[in-house]
Amino acid sequence: MAVTDTTAEPAAAAAGTSRRPRRRRTFGGRNLAFWYFVGPFLLGLIIFTYIPVGWSAYLSLFDARNTVTPASEDFVGVDNYVTMLTNADFRRSLITFSVFAAIIVPITFVSSLGLALAVNKVRIMRAFFRSVFFLPFACSYVVASLVWKMSIFAGVRYGMANTVLGWFGIENIPWLFGNDPPWFWLVIASLRLWIQCGFYMILFIAALQQIPEHLYEAAYVDGAKPGWQTFWHITLPHLRASSVAVLMLVLIAAYQAFDEFWNLLPNSGNVPYARTPLIYLFHTSLGTSQDLGRGSAGALILALLIAIVTLFQGKLLGFGKPEGR
Amino acid sequence: MVASRNNHPSKKAFAEFMMNRRRMLALGGMTAGAGALAACGGNTGREEQGDGVALKQWYHEYGEAGTQEAAKGYAADYADANVTVEWIPGDYDAALASGLLTDDGPDVFESHLNRGMVEAGQLVPLDDIIADVIADIPEGDLVRNTIDGTVYGINMIDDPQYIVYRPSLFEAAGITAPPTTFEELIAIATELTTGDVKGIDFGAAGGTDRLGQHMINSLGLSFIGADMQAGFNDPRMAEGAQLVKQLNDSGSLLLGAPTDWWDPSSMIQGLTAMSWTGLWTMPALIENLGDDIGIFPCPGFVGGTPTVYNGGWATFVNANGKNVDAAKAFTKWLWVDNTEAILDWCLSYGFHIPSRLSLREQADQLASGPAAEAVAISEEYGWADSPDWTPAMNTAVNDMFSNIAIEGNDPEAELAKAVETVNTELDGIFG
Repeated sequence: MAVTDTTAEPAAAAAGTSRRPRRRRTFGGRNLAFWYFVGPFLLGLIIFTYIPVGWSAYLSLFDARNTVTPASEDFVGVDNYVTMLTNADFRRSLITFSVFAAIIVPITFVSSLGLALAVNKVRIMRAFFRSVFFLPFACSYVVASLVWKMSIFAGVRYGMANTVLGWFGIENIPWLFGNDPPWFWLVIASLRLWIQCGFYMILFIAALQQIPEHLYEAAYVDGAKPGWQTFWHITLPHLRASSVAVLMLVLIAAYQAFDEFWNLLPNSGNVPYARTPLIYLFHTSLGTSQDLGRGSAGALILALLIAIVTLFQGKLLGFGKPEGR
Repeated sequence: MVASRNNHPSKKAFAEFMMNRRRMLALGGMTAGAGALAACGGNTGREEQGDGVALKQWYHEYGEAGTQEAAKGYAADYADANVTVEWIPGDYDAALASGLLTDDGPDVFESHLNRGMVEAGQLVPLDDIIADVIADIPEGDLVRNTIDGTVYGINMIDDPQYIVYRPSLFEAAGITAPPTTFEELIAIATELTTGDVKGIDFGAAGGTDRLGQHMINSLGLSFIGADMQAGFNDPRMAEGAQLVKQLNDSGSLLLGAPTDWWDPSSMIQGLTAMSWTGLWTMPALIENLGDDIGIFPCPGFVGGTPTVYNGGWATFVNANGKNVDAAKAFTKWLWVDNTEAILDWCLSYGFHIPSRLSLREQADQLASGPAAEAVAISEEYGWADSPDWTPAMNTAVNDMFSNIAIEGNDPEAELAKAVETVNTELDGIFG
């Protein structure tokens, strides 16, 4: 986990200096210092991540309805996994997610990189623009969903989008209803872009500022033109590590799509044409259903899928290699 | 149905909306914050008693002003235990389900009976505390709270759901009587659709999340047959589903309204001529539209009868609570013996029908006008949930109608799929 890593490094460094003879040895020595720094995070991780994951793995082998401590006679082996994998609705939810990812991942990547390049080029009020684009990230998905649903994309005549379309004589569009045409993707994608682009923009700006200016100067001396040529041959290669990280984060965030679907779509997102995996699992194992065995099996299948795709993507794009090599 | 009854908690937004309709958008955003504050208000407002037993009672968030104070008032009036009322905002079903798995759950709570809760040993039988009044409880309310001959719940309120309309708009269009068949409903809805006013508001999902369940009852079929298999495997279902598609294609549905069907705003603001609704909106509708409201049951499908869904909430006792006997005593005191509180709860805020035949006669507010009509159609055409019908089965029927009406899939194939899903679920439970 990223959290543990970043803490571990300074901890190790601090512990290293404590071996110098002039410094007073702290009680317990370097190991204790290490655990002081790492312990709280590790404890949180164990309690809030590893134990629930382990428990879910255990539950996934039982016919566990309305209970988290199933009796041993309810053991069903891999039945829940078979049920989930052969369930057409669950498989359709994975397709819904794939559509969502196919829309949101490239657009987020391109727009946040574009924003970063633009904001980085601005000579005046740079901090202002950075904050303005970053600010939506602080907004909760629920609040944004309500604004999108009730004011911008309300299906009635006084919704903002419909008012604008009305000027051109276009009839009211029920943005969030139905699949023909699937307008809801426009609502959902625009909301997510608005919220998350600023965050990835900051990551790109940080990486952009790491690119040494003299590389560009050297390129100009060699006759390269500013603009596309330097972007393609200098900027983009130097952003590789950040790009890979951003792609990965955006994809994982897309897998976890829940809030906006829940808040925007009819029936709390429980509609067959736009049910994401998490919405499907929520309705299976939480709420009134409480089928925790199948829900756990589905959650683990999904986790495994995220892990495989992320590892594959990392392998393909070379995650963890240093910038610009 | 599960889908429809879950909407009840959201009536919270409606209450805020009613404070000032013009500030709707601002208030919409604040609902979440207000809900969070409401969650803090979990005491009865009276001093701790030294020797009394402590009980926790959970309610979902009723939207009507004064309900929370009323619930706390009843609890404060109870002398034999120190009852703390917890008002749960947001997704009540999820909060309750997880609450019941812990030691910190409620002793007394409102919910809807399902077999899963009984099999997990979460509910206490309540046969003994209703024994004296059992003849006074409507048959349907007993059936929906009974599993394998044991009564686990007591209905606190009955909430019939039906269609409300503006008689003035009907007259202007030369329509003399409300529709009795679904075809007529489609024709009238299409007729009444003008540029700014739509024919009917069936909710955000265009009715696909409730009409299937109504159709099953309209055709005299059942959710679950005597053989413990899906009871609605009938070609008329596929035929009826085509009507729902026709309605969806007619362009007369109000879709994308800022509020969902359980909130009467789209009626009050004149966005639609007819709307799916429930009895709880009656006071608001009368206040805003005066005499210009009429109601009729969901029209019949393919030769079937009209139908009214009798929703509502029932109260239960947690079998894993620390003071089961005290919880039962409190439940009996409040929801069986305290007829004054039951009437107050049913009539002083939103309108609900008391789940006691003798109290219905005393309900003056329900004795005339559209409210009386609602009581009459609820008794004549009403159907209620089956405790064996699970959310997964309900979703299967909703998906069938969504796939047919919205995506134009083959009705027979979709019916077969829904039947198969329901049968698989049933085999898992009873097989």
